[in-house]
Amino acid sequence: MKQHPPKKVRSDLNPSRLLTFKIDDRDVTAHEDETILSVARQNNIIIPTLCHLDGLSERGACRLCIVEVRGSTKLLPACVTFPRQDMEIITNSKRVINYRKKILELLFTERNHVCSVCVANGHCELQNLAVELGVDHVRYPYLYPRHDVDASHSRFCIDHNRCVLCLRCVRVCDEIEGAHTWDIMGRGMTSKVITDLNQPWGTSETCTGCGKCVQVCPTGALTEKGKSVAEMSKRRQFLPYLQMMRGRQGGSWQK
Amino acid sequence: MAKTITIEPISRIEGHGMITIVVEDDGSIGDARFHVTQFRGFEKLCEGRPYYEMVSITERICGICPVSHALASSKACDSILGVHPPETAVMLRRLLNCGEFIQSHALSFFYLSSPDLLLGMDTDPEKRNIVGVIEAYPELARSGIRLRKIGQQVIELLSGKRIHAAWVVPGGVNAPFTAEHRDTIRQMIPEALEITTHTLTMFKKSLENFREEIQTFANFPTLFMGMVDKDGNLEHVDGRLRIIDAKGNIIADTVDPADYQQIIAEEVEQWSYLKFPYYKPMGYPAGIYRVGPAARLNVCNGCGTPLADEEWAEFRALERGPVMSSFFNHYARLIEILFCIETMQKLLDDPALLSPRIRAYAQPNFLEGIGCVEAPRGTLLHHYQVDENGLMTWANLIVATGHNNLAMNRGVLQVAKRFITGTEVSEGALNRLEAVIRAFDPCLSCSTHALGGMPFTISFRKRDGTLLQTL
Repeated sequence: MKQHPPKKVRSDLNPSRLLTFKIDDRDVTAHEDETILSVARQNNIIIPTLCHLDGLSERGACRLCIVEVRGSTKLLPACVTFPRQDMEIITNSKRVINYRKKILELLFTERNHVCSVCVANGHCELQNLAVELGVDHVRYPYLYPRHDVDASHSRFCIDHNRCVLCLRCVRVCDEIEGAHTWDIMGRGMTSKVITDLNQPWGTSETCTGCGKCVQVCPTGALTEKGKSVAEMSKRRQFLPYLQMMRGRQGGSWQK
Repeated sequence: MAKTITIEPISRIEGHGMITIVVEDDGSIGDARFHVTQFRGFEKLCEGRPYYEMVSITERICGICPVSHALASSKACDSILGVHPPETAVMLRRLLNCGEFIQSHALSFFYLSSPDLLLGMDTDPEKRNIVGVIEAYPELARSGIRLRKIGQQVIELLSGKRIHAAWVVPGGVNAPFTAEHRDTIRQMIPEALEITTHTLTMFKKSLENFREEIQTFANFPTLFMGMVDKDGNLEHVDGRLRIIDAKGNIIADTVDPADYQQIIAEEVEQWSYLKFPYYKPMGYPAGIYRVGPAARLNVCNGCGTPLADEEWAEFRALERGPVMSSFFNHYARLIEILFCIETMQKLLDDPALLSPRIRAYAQPNFLEGIGCVEAPRGTLLHHYQVDENGLMTWANLIVATGHNNLAMNRGVLQVAKRFITGTEVSEGALNRLEAVIRAFDPCLSCSTHALGGMPFTISFRKRDGTLLQTL
């Protein structure tokens, strides 16, 4: 799970270099260990994200935060890309927006997302993104995969039909709770999040029942049992504080 | 060679159906059938879903009576949880149901059936629609639209949304009612009352124009089923089932809806997606029974509210014993609107309505649950089974139009025999065939929990199936 940024060096002994570059034609300054996403947010430039969550390590899984860099044909994910001196970054070009929409549409086709009967209706990041990006149609055929609901846990429930494989649950369980109950199996779009050794959640020996995975899940995949439709709002504000209190950064202990 | 007449699609009903009529060589009517041609499969797609999603899933069966599905479903979930919702929740659910009855009955009467009733069965089909009614009777059309709007507003003020709100939940409702909204509803009541009483007076005057329709619109002896409260009065939400025979004798009373399988069984026919429920002790198809507005007024001892009681007494005086003609469903609908307005008034005056105690919480304690309410079109049953984690393993829904299926088929036959001779079928006769179906106000989307195409067509076929003519 360990990702960027590289191990932190003591800034008092090795002052980090300050970089100047451009985002959407605005001159910005950043430390070299800051991602494009975090610099953009500091400057009130909005880049949509799904798998990113403040307080968790970056994963670069959803690709919704892709940006264009002048001189490069590739689109780069802002959450795991570090700026270079004099870089020119465009966050809202037609090409970028078009790709973001496609990514969202593909996410909708991969599983069975039915907002109207979802417990997270109105509190769902996937739904909000679709509204923000104006996804009113899906141009690809739906796959309608068969997925089960695992309601074996006494308090929580996972519905794989609504999972977008952002892996926030895997990260929060490992990095914050320290239980590492969640992990992932399979490859590509047939991947699936699992508890322990792919066994019913209720039989997991490592799960502490803390519910952090439920709170960080962007959709209605992980929910509290008994919540009726549109009742499953989530609380995520606690994460950065927890992370700070536990002295952990990006999945590794601070020296 | 016998011929078949097919009406497809049937217009001005909720959903998609077809009528076929077999005309024998001598010009007599051999058989007539009402086919439901849509299929949706809700019972199947519910499997594997958590029980607490069922309220919202089954609501999607219908856009007109989602409240009934929500209530039946939440009651089934209540019994899976093993809880009694708090008193306020029960009252709020009942109030919501009143709003739905008002809007749904207004839709059936004013939007779907008033063109037949006001303009006549034989008028030009180009004019025989709601637009024609607006031209000929602008005041009445406007008040009908207004009445439906009042019903919809009641639903919206309670649940936040006119259609498919997620306010009714297993164990109660999920947001308390406010004094402000209560007062808004109060202000609408006098207008609703006035529209209803005025329409009732007008409708009663017009009854003599429909003597032939009254005689032939499913006017035959059957059983009737409906919900009654503990005093035997009209009840829509929390009551027990009563069945009477064609003479008005009670043959089953205070049946707990949870025991419905003792009195109702279902049969399937090859030619329709709609199942055929029947009264079990009498067998199929002898156990034909009817549900819906007229059936409810037939089975109950009264309405329990003053104005509706007066009208009820007048209604029951139409015939000795139960009122047989399904044409009188239109009449019964207006009386039920009156009953709902009065019930609303009573509920709004009760200070307990504003209590914040509106929901009971529990984990699933039972693996099976049955919920039953009276929907505008008749008795609605939701029957669920769940596994120990609360995931649905099986569902059976019996809706009003299903209960009436046998009676609708016989009604079509009765009208065909009276109004059709030979293959020369007049437009008015075709319309009456549809109108008898309309009198039941069937909701085919509900009944098959199905998704459909067009309204209704009629076609003529030879016995061997060769199509002669489609109208």
